[in-house]
Amino acid sequence: MSRYTGVTDRELREMLEEIGVGSLDELFAEIPEALRLRRDIDLPPGRSEQEVFEELSALAARNRHCDEEITFLGAGMYDHYVPAVIDTLLQRSEFLTPYTPYQPEVSQGGLQVMFEFQTAISELTGLPVSNASVYDGPSAVAAAGYLAKLETRRSRLVVSRGLHPHSRAALRTHAAGYGMEVVEVPLGAEGATDAAAIEAAVDDDTAAVFLQQPNFLGTVEELGELIEAGKRTGALAVCAADPLPLGILKPPGELGADICVGEGQTLGNRLDFGGPSFGFFAAAERFLRKLPGRIAGETRDVDGRRGFVLTLQTREQHIRREKATHNICTAQALNALAGVVYLSWLGRRGLVELAELMLRRTHYAREALGLEAINPGPVVREFAVHVPDLDALFDRARRAGINPGYRLARDYAEYEDGLLVAITERRTRADIDRLAAVAGSIREAVTA
Amino acid sequence: MSDPLDPRAGEDTLTIFERSREGRRAFVPPRCDVPELPVEELLPQSAVRDRSAELPEITEPELVRHYTTLSSKNFHLDEGFYPLGSCTMKHNPKLHERVAAVPGHARLHPLQDPEYAQGALELMSRLQGALAEIAGLPHVSLQPSAGSHGELAGLLLTRAYHEANGEPRSKVLTPDTAHGTNPATVTMAGYQVVKVGTDPDGGVDLDDLRAKADADVACLMLTNPNTLGLFDRNIEEIERIVHDAGATLYYDGANLNAVMGIARPGDIGFDIVHFNLHKTFTQPHGGGGPGAGPIAVADRIEPFLPVPQVVRRPGRNGTEPFFDLEYDRPLSIGKMRGFQGNFGVFVRTYAYIRSLGGDGLKEASQVAVLNANYLKALLARDGIAEYLPIAFDRTCMHEFVVSGRGAKERLGVRTLDIAKRMLDHRVHPPTVYFPLLVEEALMIEPTETETKERLDHFAGVVRAILEEAGDDPEIAKGAPYTAPVRRLDEAGAAKRPVVRWRARDENPGDPARAQDAPASGTGAM
Ligand SMILES: Cc1ncc(COP(=O)(O)O)c(C=O)c1O
Repeated sequence: MSRYTGVTDRELREMLEEIGVGSLDELFAEIPEALRLRRDIDLPPGRSEQEVFEELSALAARNRHCDEEITFLGAGMYDHYVPAVIDTLLQRSEFLTPYTPYQPEVSQGGLQVMFEFQTAISELTGLPVSNASVYDGPSAVAAAGYLAKLETRRSRLVVSRGLHPHSRAALRTHAAGYGMEVVEVPLGAEGATDAAAIEAAVDDDTAAVFLQQPNFLGTVEELGELIEAGKRTGALAVCAADPLPLGILKPPGELGADICVGEGQTLGNRLDFGGPSFGFFAAAERFLRKLPGRIAGETRDVDGRRGFVLTLQTREQHIRREKATHNICTAQALNALAGVVYLSWLGRRGLVELAELMLRRTHYAREALGLEAINPGPVVREFAVHVPDLDALFDRARRAGINPGYRLARDYAEYEDGLLVAITERRTRADIDRLAAVAGSIREAVTA
Repeated sequence: MSDPLDPRAGEDTLTIFERSREGRRAFVPPRCDVPELPVEELLPQSAVRDRSAELPEITEPELVRHYTTLSSKNFHLDEGFYPLGSCTMKHNPKLHERVAAVPGHARLHPLQDPEYAQGALELMSRLQGALAEIAGLPHVSLQPSAGSHGELAGLLLTRAYHEANGEPRSKVLTPDTAHGTNPATVTMAGYQVVKVGTDPDGGVDLDDLRAKADADVACLMLTNPNTLGLFDRNIEEIERIVHDAGATLYYDGANLNAVMGIARPGDIGFDIVHFNLHKTFTQPHGGGGPGAGPIAVADRIEPFLPVPQVVRRPGRNGTEPFFDLEYDRPLSIGKMRGFQGNFGVFVRTYAYIRSLGGDGLKEASQVAVLNANYLKALLARDGIAEYLPIAFDRTCMHEFVVSGRGAKERLGVRTLDIAKRMLDHRVHPPTVYFPLLVEEALMIEPTETETKERLDHFAGVVRAILEEAGDDPEIAKGAPYTAPVRRLDEAGAAKRPVVRWRARDENPGDPARAQDAPASGTGAM
């Protein structure tokens, strides 16, 4: 008997008798004999709770996590502070252990959370409708590509190379299925997307143009101009955005974006080596009946009490099957809860204060490092620099307990000596100065 | 309408936005230790917001109360029986939360150099090995984020496989019992759905399959045991037909909980399998995720797996092996999502597999099947079976489906009414109105972590509801009575959608509107 099952010998006899069979094995008689596994599964025997805890802790100890170094690594996920209220609330069984709210009368908590989440995302993005979450940022981008196909019936997707490499990759992978071509537009000389290049790339068969704010290099794009250029031939403008800087940046919706998607890790979710976090998907009103995934809506019960339900389900796979607007079922509800709790914790002014702190420290850091900028224009939380000797920088930084950031060459052959440096509220001036000292020593070594 | 002294009256449905009061806060920013340059100097005017996002302004105590109050309106697995068919609502061990929260897991950056993430990569590598062994298929990608994402990966792999063979195909077969994600995935993957019928035994209709399995069919997607909870006895013949047509055979692993250690999809001949880690491997369902939908594949599909793959490189001259992320896979379908997948889910899954071991996983499946058959037997007794006949009365696997046809005809209550009345008994209803081919379906999956007393109690609840309906069907039709709200106007919600909060005067579709449409609802999964 394992610790999660509890059939006693006596109960087993009673249950088999009630069923009318003589043994457990008989219950599997429907499986053809030849297909049954005639040996034990080759896995080690089970262990006590304590032993499993120790084994997994030992594995974890072989990872270098963000408290063990000063990290400037970002590139899509960031070392933000997650407030204690999130741990407390997310560990409540009432949020942790139910499933999708198919029975709304006993799921009002989860449904109202979705409704509040949708409201917060709508506020951040400047778009009136939002769903209740998709898997992550890149899969949200891919979902936007599919919506553009359903909406326009066109076959090309034009993508700025300022879009996260994983988003571009996920878009290509999904587009190979739904049958669209993905065309990339290189970044301009200053690490910003070039409106003329976007304008030249779109044609009458372009379903959507994909931009990112700030872009992968950290550049704050001239989003309004780019959206206008992208929509010239009737394509949809899709903007991927980091939700935290949207505290001070103009919302994509106000600048004409039809769809705004993004990665939600920065909103109160832990790093978790890449997931789970959540993706968000907001859009103009006219796409409400084409959105992917769950949407909560407000309504009343028979007594007139306010309540919430999953709504517009005729978009979804369980009702529409092959005609659904997306195949998603299980999404990231718990992570979206972390998102809305985080935004409420920050509050209207706090979000601005946090974004401004990051903005100022980011500019301070770029200056302090004294390396040639790849993107000298405005940045808010991350920036890219040329490093004369990247290997030496990594080597020295590592020895000083610093992770200096992301090697752009991993995704961009055009920035072979590029380093992407991320700043969060956890990186103090003292941290930045330590990285700057390492950078200074590299500069000197090269000029010497 | 309600008692003003009832402390929950009136205000307990306020959204967090309505609780906001200008000037309140929970967050205090860290001190600014760099020059406080004005924002205008750092950002162009055109990029800056004119007004701040209207987020709530609230203190920490009120924030905590708000969400704690909301949480109290959820029925949840830690509270009671949750036999939601096809969803495998088994107990979520508390150890898993603890190990997932260890900083070495929770605070590990996804782009950390593999050299400094050996523990995480080794965990993933070991999990891949365990899943491969359970599925009987050698190669695993952990990347997809849920079942339907795994399905999509599977069909994109199928497409890549046929294209690499120079014979692209355009159709995918799905049985009419298939979960909705299967046909939806087919369309998203750019294929046309061809439906295959069900035989009187509840299995795939072989003649229909033979007629439809032509050279343009890329794949058959099959759930086995299927959504009726039945193991398809003709699976060997199905496998032959599909492979003779040159198609791939896809295993929707949502129901793997029935057969762990008993039969393996790979041994049966499936080419691609997805796992629902949040079902079979007990991820807390979180109110609708997160989950994870890893896939396991046969050798001929392996070259096309997503990037990166976690690989174990043997150590040289007696050194430790090195775990790495492999990107150089020229035939790969690419990436399904960001980074390496839902790692936090992998940690919990691995903890589960280590806790149970091979024997324990097999025992889990055995008891899941035992519990389902026992509950089915209880519901087959007089006083219940007349109203809720078993849809296909064979030995079931981990779940079974009954039809509410009898109750509708003889008592005048529908499956929806029975389900809603269960809420007053503090048990979660089964999945309702699925699968579609069973009239008024109730799909019941007790899972192995329920005790006999719980199953007996549930059967008692069903009997009590039916008896009560025999006396007065109106009671069930008006249920629930004890939940935080009663039946909700779903039709109205869809007709005049209000999908975000706005200050009253800003909201054209304000729900302080007439309650004209009656409450309605279909269940689904
Ligand atoms: C049979 C079956 N297939 C596929 C799925 C889809 O899985 P997911 O919700 O993880 O996408 C489900 C459950 O939701 C299911 O029950």
